[in-house]
Amino acid sequence: MTKIGTSLSAREMSEPMAATESPPVLETIGISKAFPGVKALEAIDLKLYPGVVTALVGENGAGKSTLVKILTGVYAPDAGRILLNGTEIVIRDAQAAFHQGITATHQETVLFDDLTVTENIFIGHQITGRFGMLDWKAMRARVKTILAELEVELDPDMRLRDLAIAQKHLVAIARALSVDAKIVIMDEPTAALSYKEVEELYTIVAKLKREGKAILFISHKFEEIFRIADTYVVFRDGRAVGAGVVSEVTPAKLIALMVGRTVDHVFPKVQVPRGESVFAAEGLSHPTEFADISFNLHRGEILGFYGLVGSGRTEVMHALFGITAPSTGVLKLDGKPIRVSRPADAVAAGIVYVPEERQRQGVVLALPVFQNITLPSLDRITRGGFLDLAREFDLARRYAGRLDLRAASLSQEVGTLSGGNQQKVVIGKWLATEPRVIILDEPTKGIDVGSKAAVHAFMGELVAQGLAVIMVSSELPEILGMSDRVIVMREGRIAGVFERAGLTAESLVAAATGNVAAEAA
Amino acid sequence: MRWNRDLLFAAIVIVIVAGVGLIRPSFVWPRNLIGLFNDTSILMMLALAQTAVILTKCIDLSVAANIALTGVLVSIVNAAHPELPIPLLMLLAAGIGLLLGAFNGAMVWLVGIPSIVVTLGTLSIYRGLAFRASGGTSIVGHQMSPAFIAVPRAELLGLPMMSWFAMLLIAVFAFMLRGTRTGRAFYAAGGNPTAAVYSGINVGRTQFIAFCTAGAVAGFCGYLWASRFSIANVDMASGFELDVIASCVIGGVSISGGIGTVAGAVLGAIFFGVVRNALPVIYVSPFWQLAISGVAILGAVIINAGRERQTGRLILKEAAAS
Amino acid sequence: MTDNRLAARLIPDRIGGRSAWWKRWETILIGVAVGMFLFNSLASPFFLNPWNLSDATFNFTEKAIIAFAMALLIIAGEIDLSVASIIAIASTAMGAAASAGVGPAVLVVVGLAVGLVAGAFNGFIVTRFQIPSIVVTIGTMSLFRGIAYVVLGDQVYRSYPPGFAYFGQGYVWWVISFEFALFLVLAAVFAVVLHLTVFGRQIYAIGNNPVASQFSGVRVNRVRFILFMLTGLTSGIAAILLTSRIGSTRPTIATGFELEVVTMVVLGGVNILGGSGTIAGVLIAAFVMGLVTFGFGLLNVPGIVMSIFIGSLLIAVIALPIVAGRIVAQWRAT
Repeated sequence: MTKIGTSLSAREMSEPMAATESPPVLETIGISKAFPGVKALEAIDLKLYPGVVTALVGENGAGKSTLVKILTGVYAPDAGRILLNGTEIVIRDAQAAFHQGITATHQETVLFDDLTVTENIFIGHQITGRFGMLDWKAMRARVKTILAELEVELDPDMRLRDLAIAQKHLVAIARALSVDAKIVIMDEPTAALSYKEVEELYTIVAKLKREGKAILFISHKFEEIFRIADTYVVFRDGRAVGAGVVSEVTPAKLIALMVGRTVDHVFPKVQVPRGESVFAAEGLSHPTEFADISFNLHRGEILGFYGLVGSGRTEVMHALFGITAPSTGVLKLDGKPIRVSRPADAVAAGIVYVPEERQRQGVVLALPVFQNITLPSLDRITRGGFLDLAREFDLARRYAGRLDLRAASLSQEVGTLSGGNQQKVVIGKWLATEPRVIILDEPTKGIDVGSKAAVHAFMGELVAQGLAVIMVSSELPEILGMSDRVIVMREGRIAGVFERAGLTAESLVAAATGNVAAEAA
Repeated sequence: MRWNRDLLFAAIVIVIVAGVGLIRPSFVWPRNLIGLFNDTSILMMLALAQTAVILTKCIDLSVAANIALTGVLVSIVNAAHPELPIPLLMLLAAGIGLLLGAFNGAMVWLVGIPSIVVTLGTLSIYRGLAFRASGGTSIVGHQMSPAFIAVPRAELLGLPMMSWFAMLLIAVFAFMLRGTRTGRAFYAAGGNPTAAVYSGINVGRTQFIAFCTAGAVAGFCGYLWASRFSIANVDMASGFELDVIASCVIGGVSISGGIGTVAGAVLGAIFFGVVRNALPVIYVSPFWQLAISGVAILGAVIINAGRERQTGRLILKEAAAS
Repeated sequence: MTDNRLAARLIPDRIGGRSAWWKRWETILIGVAVGMFLFNSLASPFFLNPWNLSDATFNFTEKAIIAFAMALLIIAGEIDLSVASIIAIASTAMGAAASAGVGPAVLVVVGLAVGLVAGAFNGFIVTRFQIPSIVVTIGTMSLFRGIAYVVLGDQVYRSYPPGFAYFGQGYVWWVISFEFALFLVLAAVFAVVLHLTVFGRQIYAIGNNPVASQFSGVRVNRVRFILFMLTGLTSGIAAILLTSRIGSTRPTIATGFELEVVTMVVLGGVNILGGSGTIAGVLIAAFVMGLVTFGFGLLNVPGIVMSIFIGSLLIAVIALPIVAGRIVAQWRAT
């Protein structure tokens, strides 16, 4: 086994495990995969053992999901071998992976909204009876057994569209268990789950482990890695850069491996005197999503919105920005009521929104950087009614520069930029409109550590210039580090308002979960 | 929920039939209703075939041109060799149709051209070929063998053959869409193509199969059309592709893929048949037919849009409870 | 706001200039058009006669005028299959008005107004109920032509005032017909709107990602609504030209135009899935289709056989670059 540069071989690192446990059920040797312009995976060696939870850790773009797709037959590797119980196998497609006992719950829940629970669990590997006829009765019975084993109450005939997100995740897990799986891969299964649902998932993982399944658990939340994983593998830039036993490692060590240097992330909180009230909501209510939302936002303030996933924060932001209409309530800018019935109204009033789903809501992937930046400001770069390309490039250049955008040129398609740089384009697009209130919804979700720090630093700069900022975040450190004031939401209502002084993780989590004794922090 | 929609639609169709029956009792005589069903058979079969294609998030604009080309070709074969048995000609028609459908499907699957573009092209090509094959003339009844023309008119147990064909095809599609992997793959490939790949379903190949199915059905209908009307020429079934798609749309087949039932498509076609047959009976000018179809299509899609609107997450407890 | 960190790092506007001209769709199309032209000139001695060429323009100008608006609509991710039916309903309305004895100017207003209203109806249904436009316009395609049938039945309107003939039969200068002149002017207008205005930029943004466009403050539904009105309006214009040219109105007028218009747009390099395309491409595609029709007509090839050629061309020009790209990629990989 040769060492390439600084990369450590996972195989080598997990050798101590092999000595104490049974032989690996799945082994990859030298798996590589390249996409045009990117080496996604390079010579990956990985071993999975029965009854062992292996955490696969790495930043976005480190190659974790690519490995999952190779193991589940969605991509074919360019090079390397995969051994199942010591025998080399070729995973032709997703069905082949299934039949070989490799199952996965994917990052995006890839399910069918218009099909039933039963069908979602069995699609692609349905039980058939005579003449290749589908045996719905057998499938429904099997689904009932699986759901009972998971201790989940779900009607097998419900359409997926009518289920909550957490329930959909359970269907994805049930799907993974619908065959005699030997290897279960979970790709960031807790990303969209609430605190309580995460606990239920941990119980399921523990159960699978007892049953002797090999589990590959992909995550970048350290608390869960340390809670449920036995061994770990760290990916960086498509290589395995470290592996070992979880009990022998520290979070700091893992972070260092992940980013390739020691990072001591300090939030660049800028203290700005709180100015007059700029933007206020009074008694905002929606028939089904939220109720009685009132707050005041001041000049120079960062107002954090914390809460569990699905507590209604994004829905409130959409109402502030005019995407969904609240049924009652008033919005005020500088004390005067304003009407925001569509995003264009909000933008005209100086209220802008950096959305949570960046690729779907934030950027137009196929258009170049400069056209994305100028999209909301097109009226300001016209001359005699026609677009003035020189002015357009001036505007784009100015804001790309201000945000330190890393792009080969302003005409590069946004889709070819990294997540962090795409986020800079979104922020740049809004700054070019010279807004007064900027709403950031999960501003650092899924972006690399470097861009994260840049976004945080930039938020400080904005408030120093007199902007007012609302920041929705599910990351406690971010909320604690950046906010002047925090509003906590629970089940569509405001569950508490906290000033920066005396802000603690415990009190926020307690308010968010409704638990007096919160242990999640 | 889909099933409810079909029941509701069936009730509407029955109410219309009963309403016309009140004005003109002869309309609801069994003989007349059988005739109505028989008249609608071809539209029904094509609507089923189109449903398979639309389920996979594609569309086939070339079915009517396919009818023209296969209709002309089997009629030519029949005129030249009247001794060939009719079942063989039926197989030939379905086979030619299958090839035409397979070409559409291959362009979609292997080359990756959007189906609307491919079938817009083959719509012209197939009809143009029908012209070339027929030499611009019509093959008429007396050139066809008596057996060729007799099939759709023959009766079995009091029902015309064409109705039997339609019922057989309804049964086959009901079984295929509900009870086979291929049928379920149609729903999966159209409902969520990404998820289909993750489930080991080859989306392109599934679409290819749907196009082949549609082509074979259209080809078979090409034979039926030629024999029923005792004429085959380039203008056969001109513009019929839009009636077929309209039947699917009225029947609740979602043009975005993944949603639709056999019952819906069949009812959509029957609705057209009822409107067409009822107008003269109640002394309304047949010129109203097209406008009524238009209103029905718009009404159906607007009602569907209301039913399928995305609801929010229902965060508030009282909202989730209700 | 002050720019205290102006241009921390300069990013070039472009690298390597615009994409190479010989890779552009328009170049391929011009090649096809020139090929057609040469072939026709060699095949028929009558082809290079200016009056013959002028006559040839009539078989595509009406469709092409709709195609310009349709191109904008398709780039924005929508489609309108009801354009031929809008011609039918507008022509019927003009016929009814002419029977009532109004003059050419009023007829033009009637044609334009009916087109605009029909387009607005499409736009209203699509934006108000959020239904895919292909379904909506299949419905209105039946409805609009159905109304023409209800009004006309098997009757024909023929009594158009003498001055009305100018729009479809008159000449602006020498061999330049009014239709052809209008076609060129509208090409320029649509090119400017699509490529040089805020509205045009918003069309591309919506076609690529309607959600992100809405989240960027673009009034997506308003743009869509205006585009449907524009398509209706150009259909109204086509109705005026066509009615004036043939001098009569039947409910079957312009049957099948919708598919020819869409073919022209797609042949012009507009992505049927939205997001890209140019007016120049559509303009050249219009000429290509006109040259094919005219050339084959001179060679006494029946119209229906031309459709084989047009259909094959449509598939071939889209398939060839894809297939060629794959072959090149394979060749490079080995």
